[in-house]
Amino acid sequence: MNIALTHLQRLEAESIHIFREVAATFAKPVMLYSVGKDSSVLMHLAMKAFYPAKPPFPFLHVDTTWKFREMIAFRDQMAQKLGFDLLVHVNGDGVRDNINPFDHGSNTHTHVMKTVALRQALDKYGFDAAFGGARRDEEKSRAKERIFSFRNAQHVWDPKNQRPEMWKIFNTRIATGESIRVFPLSNWTELDIWQYILQEDIPIVPLYFAKERPVVERDGMLILRDDDRMQLRPGETVENRLVRFRTLGCYPLTGAIESDADTLEAIVGEMLTARTSERQGRLIDRDEAGSMEKKKREGYF
Amino acid sequence: MRHSTAESLAPTDGIRDYLAVQEQKSLLRFLTCGSVDDGKSTLIGRLLSDTKQIFEDQLAALERDSRKHGTTGDDVDFALLVDGLEAEREQGITIDVAYRFFATPKRKFIVADTPGHEQYTRNMATGASTADLAIVLIDARQGVLRQTRRHSIIASLLGIRHIVLAVNKIDLVGFDKVVFERIVADYAQFSRELGFQSIVSIPMSARYGDNVTGRSDKTEWYSGPTLIEHLETVSVDEAVVELPFRFPVQYVNRPNLDFRGFAGTIASGSVAPGDEVVVAKSGKSAHVRRIVSHGGDLSQAVAGQAITVVLDDEVEVSRGNMLVSPAARPQVADQFAANIVWFDEHALLPGRSYILRTETDQTSATVTDLKYRVNVNDFAHEAAKSLEMNEVGICNISTRAPIAFDIFAENRTTGAFILIDRITNATVGAGMILHSLRRAENIHWQSLDVGKHGRADLKNQRPAVFWFTGLSGSGKSTIANLFEKKLFATGRHTYILDGDNVRHGLNRDLGFTDADRVENIRRVAEVARLMADAGLIVIVSFISPFSAERRMARELMASGEFVEVFVDTPFEECARRDPKGLYARALNGEIKNFTGVDSPYEAPENPEIHLKTLGKSAEEMVEALELWLNERDIAENQYDSGGGI
Repeated sequence: MNIALTHLQRLEAESIHIFREVAATFAKPVMLYSVGKDSSVLMHLAMKAFYPAKPPFPFLHVDTTWKFREMIAFRDQMAQKLGFDLLVHVNGDGVRDNINPFDHGSNTHTHVMKTVALRQALDKYGFDAAFGGARRDEEKSRAKERIFSFRNAQHVWDPKNQRPEMWKIFNTRIATGESIRVFPLSNWTELDIWQYILQEDIPIVPLYFAKERPVVERDGMLILRDDDRMQLRPGETVENRLVRFRTLGCYPLTGAIESDADTLEAIVGEMLTARTSERQGRLIDRDEAGSMEKKKREGYF
Repeated sequence: MRHSTAESLAPTDGIRDYLAVQEQKSLLRFLTCGSVDDGKSTLIGRLLSDTKQIFEDQLAALERDSRKHGTTGDDVDFALLVDGLEAEREQGITIDVAYRFFATPKRKFIVADTPGHEQYTRNMATGASTADLAIVLIDARQGVLRQTRRHSIIASLLGIRHIVLAVNKIDLVGFDKVVFERIVADYAQFSRELGFQSIVSIPMSARYGDNVTGRSDKTEWYSGPTLIEHLETVSVDEAVVELPFRFPVQYVNRPNLDFRGFAGTIASGSVAPGDEVVVAKSGKSAHVRRIVSHGGDLSQAVAGQAITVVLDDEVEVSRGNMLVSPAARPQVADQFAANIVWFDEHALLPGRSYILRTETDQTSATVTDLKYRVNVNDFAHEAAKSLEMNEVGICNISTRAPIAFDIFAENRTTGAFILIDRITNATVGAGMILHSLRRAENIHWQSLDVGKHGRADLKNQRPAVFWFTGLSGSGKSTIANLFEKKLFATGRHTYILDGDNVRHGLNRDLGFTDADRVENIRRVAEVARLMADAGLIVIVSFISPFSAERRMARELMASGEFVEVFVDTPFEECARRDPKGLYARALNGEIKNFTGVDSPYEAPENPEIHLKTLGKSAEEMVEALELWLNERDIAENQYDSGGGI
């Protein structure tokens, strides 16, 4: 009898355990669905955790209105295919004020259209637990965060005063208005994610695969000009280049990498020899030192 | 190259083969611990760097940060790689545990870098609770320190059986064999009683890499493994699959009337369709019909797997119960002894009610007896009345409802629990069960033929507990006395439990420390419950300063029976009245632990009745109580034609 669990089986079991724990102990959970590869894995695990039932919570997408069009199409297609309850929230105040990454910078844009929007959505529906796809290997402040991460009624994370988290015994008790962010993928690495996508044949947004795309070189990054809201600066030109994305966010803030990896195997092969981290393509992390922690303290995922 | 040597050879077209090999690697979870400045974070930085886990952009950021916050001159300060919080970088200390991931061609690793400061012991325990091995760092110049001992004891209590004694900064003592051997001997002497299966001692310099991943040419006298060689090969497997089957039920999956699945993670043993299982708390048995999974039913499942089980019989099972092997069952008891590690700045108080949580079960619990505290320096057992933050003690625990468990030494999953504060919801302690207490098994509830309702009906009333709380001198006793007279005059059967009076008899052995105040209230609440059970209307007049104990008293009574009456008189007014001359003495420092002076009063947030006494007479207060009673009677009589109060 084969009794040794593989590495991925162990990670999968841990994540499923976390999903069920939330479903059993919270009144109104929600899963944050950001359409990227980690969200795809998270969704797949949620389907497994409650099979043959559907996940007993809705999926929430906080739409900044600057996501790649292919992400939105993929999102709607998945919602239809899997039949989950999809909520989409846009910060109407931000739209009214025309907040955008070009005029206001990544900091303000992310704060208004993502962090504030997320807080609005959580308050609007009164969610008491929210799943996110963050992993500890992504970034140094995430490496410090608990799997069940407490937020006060203002959605604030207090990194200096986290609840002890012993064994698999999670403290899920909160007072009215408080909430918990839950990270079932805490102990997964980027390689684990790809390996699992390959093993389980999980659908992901086509932007992860290399293809000729119209890109503009700006501030040392290759930006895909996804629509004509992106004005060209003097001297800039749009070139078709063979590129793909390691990570997906708002298109003006997400750098493409030049690559010919157009299969999952090739992507994994490329990742194994990568010399930079996946978040390197994310402008939001580079605004200032410790910027992720700051955003997280304000309520960002 | 990121994933070091062997990985770089993987040809792209063989990725699936390569991944299949990756997949079969075993995983080791370990932590680094020890005293402040022994070099824990530096060691992890060194491991990540030498196993090529640091990306170029991360290295560039690290070099920038080193210039800004670093403590290693012109060199890269690896500690900054793991000290990910701003406060940590500013203060140059580790506050919370960081989890890092790396792999070598032989194994995958998750390492928890834990803080050395005593005040962050709870974060060290967090990291240790999921680890199989601990690297205990020692500064070769300092030797075994208090925190070395504390962390070793906690690691041992939490079930870690494998230790690496990393004698670090060996370069700063001239790579001296004598220094190394003395520290190894000291540690061996100290840790004899900690039950470690293996202790491997390695002289190293985390900063320069000696004996971390590569053998040092400066310690030729050392013939043991390098750190990474040892981590790659040490066997920590505890055969949890060989232990009796334990399946704590986490979630009942009922998508429709035709399907009822019990979901959870197998804590130990294995299970297959057809196996007989027993419901731990009821002793009812059933057979496993299916093990349902997304990819089709399973023919067996083992410890560590998260599964959904369907039984062949409609037995009653809910979250918190356990499906177990019929041949070897867990204990089911409401009293047991446990090791407790305390995390909270408010001390553990015997008698106070906490929420006890196992992996899936939850009930309320009190420490009935704090047997002793363990001195972390010499293991001496010291008498203690409370357990302060970061202290370790052995306690007897009593739970409201029985729980199913194994002793921790036999099963790390089913023998552990945490304690949660009822008011703040903070995780205040962690417990490891030692054994059940025999008296719990031998004392059963005697069922009696005459019941509470019968006794109350005979008195033509409904039992109630009016719990008067407020500062000394607030008027509790005066109002309570007058209230009882009124009730008595209308033919009610009543009794007053008065704080001062009870302290002359039942509670004459108790003083005024926090621990004794908690016990004082616990006893009175139990007496009030017995009297309510006898059908009486009980009036309790106690300062009862802590909300946790008032809530405990409330939960002892039947629903709707507990009426919290907040006698709200401002401190200044109480001190002015000072009917017993106590405030004057307390303010002079002659009486210690006086509520409102040097001991806190936690005012009720939602009392049933809030009496603001300022400028009002006792008669007016009693009228307010009567008004409340009449309103409740009217409301209740709409649903219930029974006696009413």
